Amino acid sequence: MAQIDLKDLAHSYASRPQSDADYALKRLDMIWQDSGAYALLGPSGCGKTTMLNIISGLLRPSQGRVVFDGRDVTDLSPQDRNIAQVFQFPVIYDTMTVFDNLAFPLRNRGVNEGEARKRVEEVAEMLELSDDLRRRAAGLTADAKQKISLGRGLVRSDVAAILFDEPLTVINPHMKWLLRRKLKQVHEQFQITLIYVTHDQNEALTFAEQVVVMHEGQVVQTGTPQELFEKPAHTFVAYFIGSPGMNLLPCRLDGGAVVIDGEHIALADGLGARAERAGGELQLGIRPEFLKLHATQVEQGIPVRVKLVEDLGNYKMVTVRLGERTLQAKVPEDEEVGGEQAWLVFPPEWLRLYVDGHLVE
Amino acid sequence: MEKTPNNKAWLLVIPVFVIVAFSAIIPLMTVVNYSVQDIFGPGERYFVGVEWFKETLSDRRLHDALWRQFLFSGLVLLIEIPLGVMIALAMPKRGWGVSVSLVLLALPLLIPWNVIGTIWIIFTRPDIGLFGVAINGLGIDFDHTASPLDAWVTVMLMEVWHWTPLVVLLAYAGLQAIPEAYFQAARIDGASAWATFRYIQLPKMRGVLTIAVLLRFMDSFLIYAEPFVLTGGGPGNSTTFLSIHLVKLAVGQFDLGPAAAFSIIYFLIVLLFSWMFYQALQRVGTGEK
Repeated sequence: MAQIDLKDLAHSYASRPQSDADYALKRLDMIWQDSGAYALLGPSGCGKTTMLNIISGLLRPSQGRVVFDGRDVTDLSPQDRNIAQVFQFPVIYDTMTVFDNLAFPLRNRGVNEGEARKRVEEVAEMLELSDDLRRRAAGLTADAKQKISLGRGLVRSDVAAILFDEPLTVINPHMKWLLRRKLKQVHEQFQITLIYVTHDQNEALTFAEQVVVMHEGQVVQTGTPQELFEKPAHTFVAYFIGSPGMNLLPCRLDGGAVVIDGEHIALADGLGARAERAGGELQLGIRPEFLKLHATQVEQGIPVRVKLVEDLGNYKMVTVRLGERTLQAKVPEDEEVGGEQAWLVFPPEWLRLYVDGHLVE
Repeated sequence: MEKTPNNKAWLLVIPVFVIVAFSAIIPLMTVVNYSVQDIFGPGERYFVGVEWFKETLSDRRLHDALWRQFLFSGLVLLIEIPLGVMIALAMPKRGWGVSVSLVLLALPLLIPWNVIGTIWIIFTRPDIGLFGVAINGLGIDFDHTASPLDAWVTVMLMEVWHWTPLVVLLAYAGLQAIPEAYFQAARIDGASAWATFRYIQLPKMRGVLTIAVLLRFMDSFLIYAEPFVLTGGGPGNSTTFLSIHLVKLAVGQFDLGPAAAFSIIYFLIVLLFSWMFYQALQRVGTGEK
């Protein structure tokens, strides 16, 4: 159990990095709070596994320090850092029984057999592996193997953090749900710092208290699932989180409103002025969930053309055109959407402005 | 599910039968044919039943050659398999070193077998050979044409030099196929280098090592060209292995009947031991009995 600080950290796989583009992980400072449940979310190749391997010590960063509870561990090997890591594909020791697999990290550290047995049985109980302890690990299903990988991390009582690198990739959907619940339960019981790498936003949002979103080697936002949804700090987060992502429309300012293709949309008080001060390329963002669509003309309604209505059972996804721009709106199932013409209302409290990709606070 | 009888399946199997018949069964049957007859000349032959088998099985020289052969193959496996695995473990995992070491290792495998014998004759000659002169210069009296022990040492050295690279290549391929995550997990679990070898690398090499053991057993049990060129089976009969003895019998003395009976027994021994090795290696470490 530990707080993990990353100080002035950066990593490049090139031996002599020339430019920013050579860095898999761009310069960052970060703090992972003790006993937090974090998800590290981002598309493939954004640097999340690099970050994870630096924390666990499998990779030495090109620059910067890794600090556990005030102790600099940058030069320590993974076993000296007391960290556990669960990999994408289950790693088990084929020739051993489940019991021996779980006891392996303890035996390697010279823990006596009696103590090891107690710990293994405790963890097996927790992970519902007790009945399989005498069996060979090689013959088990993928999810049981993944539980063994997790168990090898949990048996060590002094483990600083458990890192997960997309651990549910090879698990079938039903088991995924069960294992995720198991993870939450483990977290509540042991209060260990958990860092969970995934490119699946559902997995990240349901698992974590704090979600760290990465993009092209940078952390673009850290926040609760609600913060990421309601106030994305960056257009990448706006688009990546949510299904579908946030509508992002290039626009220009006109007093307290923005103008999109000649239509004026009112903003919340002061937002326009703050964006004005920031200067730069401007985008208006609004989640499809917060747009209101009307079949008849209403006050504040912007006229749009309806392009496509997809009925998804519990709601309708409507694609509309506002001049040259395309937007998506989520409307309630019982709402009548008919005809070519409709009116769209933009509630000012849900409007976000982005200057050069960054949120105007 | 309802099964429909369909004899067309035979058409798919026939090509294999034909190939196996010509490559194995028909040649083997001619040997069986010789083994039960006494042949004086074309058209002049007599059926003798199992007479040649009885004679062969009670042949002292054959017994001696058989024990020699077991000793030889046993030593080959005991030396080449561990040595091959050790070299494979020590080889570079990536970079230019990989191709360099692979090429260097493959060299002995590319040399024709009788040339290997000739190379080692010259290499170990006490008067002009690099090895022979060097070792005699150290005060050790070494001459493989005079001393049976020296002859054995030379044959073993030659065999190990020639064939260990094959074991290395197989073991290296097996090692390279292990996903990186296993080694990362082992580091996180605090496994020592020995534990990593014992619980990850060795089990993952089971398949390739099975093949290595089978190939090295069969090849060494059938060895002919290299010791024939190097020592001719001598001094005395000290390096006369089964195949050298067989050739003397069949070609030297033209005793086709006994030679054929001998060949069949030889074949059955190789088959039996290969099967035993295969079964043993399939089961080791899987908990089956």
